[in-house]
Amino acid sequence: MALAATNQVATADLKGKVDPDWCPGCGDFGVLAAVQKALVELQIPNHNVVTISGIGCSSNFPGFINTYGMHTLHGRALAVATGVKLANHDLTVLVTGGDGDGFGIGGNHFVHSMRRNVDLLYIVMDNQIYGLTTGQTSPTSRLGMKTKSMPFGNIEAPVNPISLALAAGATFVARGFSAEQKHLTELIKQGIRHQGFSFLDVFSPCVTYNHDNTYQWFRPRVKKLEDDPGHDPADWMAAMGKSLLWDDEIPIGKFFERTDVPTLHGAEPVLNAGPLAHADTRIPVDVTRAFVEELM
Amino acid sequence: MKQTFAIGIGGAAGQGVATPGDIFAKIFSRRGLHLNAYNAYQSIIRGGHTFLTIRTGPERVTNMGDRLDLLIPLNQDAMDRHLRLLASGAACIYNSETIKPGAAAEGAELCALPVSKLADITRNKVAQNTLAVGAGLSMMGIGFQALEEVLTEQFKKKGDTVVSENIGIARAGYDYATANFRPFHWPLPMTGNRYAVLSGNIAMAMGGAAAGVKFYCAYPMSPSTGVLHWMAAHARKAGIMVRQVEDEIGVVNMAIGAAHAGVRSMCATSGGGFALMSEGLGLSAMMETPIVVIDCQRAGPSTGVPTKTEQGDLWQMLGAAFGDYPRAIAAPLDIGDCFKIIPEIFNIADRFQCPGIVLCDLLLSEGRLSVDPKDLDFAPVVDRGELITTAYSGPNGDGVYKRYKITESGISPRAIPGVAGYTHTAASDEHDEDGVLISDEFTNPTKRRAMMEKRMRKVAGITAAVPPPVLWGPRDADVTLIGWGSTKGVIEEACEILSEQGISANQLQIRWLVPLHGDAILDILKDARHTTIVENNYSGQFARYLRSETSFVPDGYIRKYDGEPFMPHHIVEAVKEQLSGKSTLSVPAHEILV
Repeated sequence: MALAATNQVATADLKGKVDPDWCPGCGDFGVLAAVQKALVELQIPNHNVVTISGIGCSSNFPGFINTYGMHTLHGRALAVATGVKLANHDLTVLVTGGDGDGFGIGGNHFVHSMRRNVDLLYIVMDNQIYGLTTGQTSPTSRLGMKTKSMPFGNIEAPVNPISLALAAGATFVARGFSAEQKHLTELIKQGIRHQGFSFLDVFSPCVTYNHDNTYQWFRPRVKKLEDDPGHDPADWMAAMGKSLLWDDEIPIGKFFERTDVPTLHGAEPVLNAGPLAHADTRIPVDVTRAFVEELM
Repeated sequence: MKQTFAIGIGGAAGQGVATPGDIFAKIFSRRGLHLNAYNAYQSIIRGGHTFLTIRTGPERVTNMGDRLDLLIPLNQDAMDRHLRLLASGAACIYNSETIKPGAAAEGAELCALPVSKLADITRNKVAQNTLAVGAGLSMMGIGFQALEEVLTEQFKKKGDTVVSENIGIARAGYDYATANFRPFHWPLPMTGNRYAVLSGNIAMAMGGAAAGVKFYCAYPMSPSTGVLHWMAAHARKAGIMVRQVEDEIGVVNMAIGAAHAGVRSMCATSGGGFALMSEGLGLSAMMETPIVVIDCQRAGPSTGVPTKTEQGDLWQMLGAAFGDYPRAIAAPLDIGDCFKIIPEIFNIADRFQCPGIVLCDLLLSEGRLSVDPKDLDFAPVVDRGELITTAYSGPNGDGVYKRYKITESGISPRAIPGVAGYTHTAASDEHDEDGVLISDEFTNPTKRRAMMEKRMRKVAGITAAVPPPVLWGPRDADVTLIGWGSTKGVIEEACEILSEQGISANQLQIRWLVPLHGDAILDILKDARHTTIVENNYSGQFARYLRSETSFVPDGYIRKYDGEPFMPHHIVEAVKEQLSGKSTLSVPAHEILV
């Protein structure tokens, strides 16, 4: 209503039909707030945004924000999002989910969406645990971490999402921390503006099931790349080096960005005439006649 | 009995079986003759044994038939396997320098071509094939001009020298046959008709284009890959976004994403790929996002026999994805129907916002048929259903729209992303009318029941929108043959042969599997004297389905699960065996060793 009257996007316009049912203190609240702030600052009308998720605590996200939303299958959000973007590339596509959804069951789509450079922002609320299934080891759980599924400690090395994204060809790679609101909002804005696949891994602590990687654990360790005058986001090798830092110093911020790679929709001439969602369903008669002539 | 003429060309993969087949097919269709082609092959790029059957005639030819008139073996193996199939009046053209003939049946002619004397085989490795095509056409009484035209088209990209060299070789074979071999006693006629020759895969791809498909994606899987190939080659002219995806899970979800954003979206696979898609099918049903999935059945289970045909996926389609939801399943009856069925099922999927499944098989997908170009209608009825594509202009604004509004028909108007005033979330979790999840803290058995009933009410609408099957042939027949999908043509011919032999037969061929119209089927079958269900699988999947839906039990069954399609005589002989009371289950043996 405010939207219709003033044509301005306000925070109230972006409030979902229901309030989040995340546990009090969950890191995902901070991500939701930052996304809403970014959309207000960028003034993108909510009907031009599609928020797409898989399954998990963080994947309940689309229900808590007033945009077009799709709450799909576990691990499949990126595949669905690619279809949405290719059918209507005028839409701003946000994909939201967790580390299990994205790096575990959805790992295949994660890698391939990045090499395709699909133009969307993928935000992973990375809490290094399976929350909705009440606390099992995730692909980013640290070695030795004790969970219900690995009660004697995790013996499998975690995936490094930042290195993986860099290797797979993501053209924008960043990491945020849910407790660093301003910094996170800025990264989300940059990720939306970036033309191509933007990957944003966000430390979003699980206050119920992960007692290893808490706000207290992260706070002294995270260091903003933006504060490092020597950091050049155009330098892929340097970004890869930074991605390997862990434990005492964990970089957050924009690791890498390149703008010289065509997006998937930009590389396909079929879309030159505009989004397919608005295209005429009929093919011109001279074209279809030629299709049949080929067979005669 | 109608006049037909069948050619079998056999050889190893890589020996060039396809090219002579294409040349014959073009010449026949341009003479106004119908044709049906079926290639028996294996999952191998070089070697093995490939056997292409092309059957032609002035009337409709619906299957590979029972008889070979001309055999062209390209190697010894093909000669050894197939010479025994020839009866009196048939001929075998072969390279007498590399292939030893076996003992032919009386009246079957062995036509030896002295290949190196007729062509320079050091320059042209496939000279024997071209010579054989020339010789065969001479014996069929077809003027050389037709062959010259097709060879010119075939080789024009390679330059004039190659064209004239091939025409020269073909001419040598043609003239040698005129001088030395006995012509076939029935020369191939000519009609004023012109036909397009296409595979079921091309037909389904073009049917998609005609239906207004704007998004097609797939993972390569035999025998469905031909759909992807046509789509990819014609995408830019047709304005279709075509993607090859990392796996079939990605395929179905990407297709759903595109459909959700407002375009008609389609994908094709075979049984294994479909198994990966089944969770996605449930997503389509739950979010009420229409998609069309084509399953080109091959012999299973598991990797099975990738290059062989079967009707073995019916129960997978019936049970795909957990939970109850409305779906439509249609099985095309022939290659022309592969085209027509796509716009039809899209209209059902769009109107009722549910998944549509096309249950095709290798026989149609990779077989080829002559189709009247008039039957390839690129302007079919397109009904997108209740779709909201313009901004809300009512008094209230955002928040009023209920994506899953409870209605009598079960259909809720569907807004697509980008349209102002209709933001909502579509969810795979159970949800309320406004899209809000009821699966978590708000679960409510009354609401869950209401949403289940809303979705399932669409079943009645789908049933009303799909016509019931009809009986073909005399009502008061000695035997009623019941089949589904691709067996239409071969059962039809078996009925004709039975009638000629004094056993009147009629046919009930099922095209829509879901909805089935069980009452209409029972009404048709209640007067039948002897009923037999014919299907290309081991367990009688359709027979079991029909029984589960209607309690109907037929008098007998004819089944085949050796990877090859039925030939008419398989059905004719089985019917006679069953009418004499010798058996109620017949499993015909395939005589062609491929």
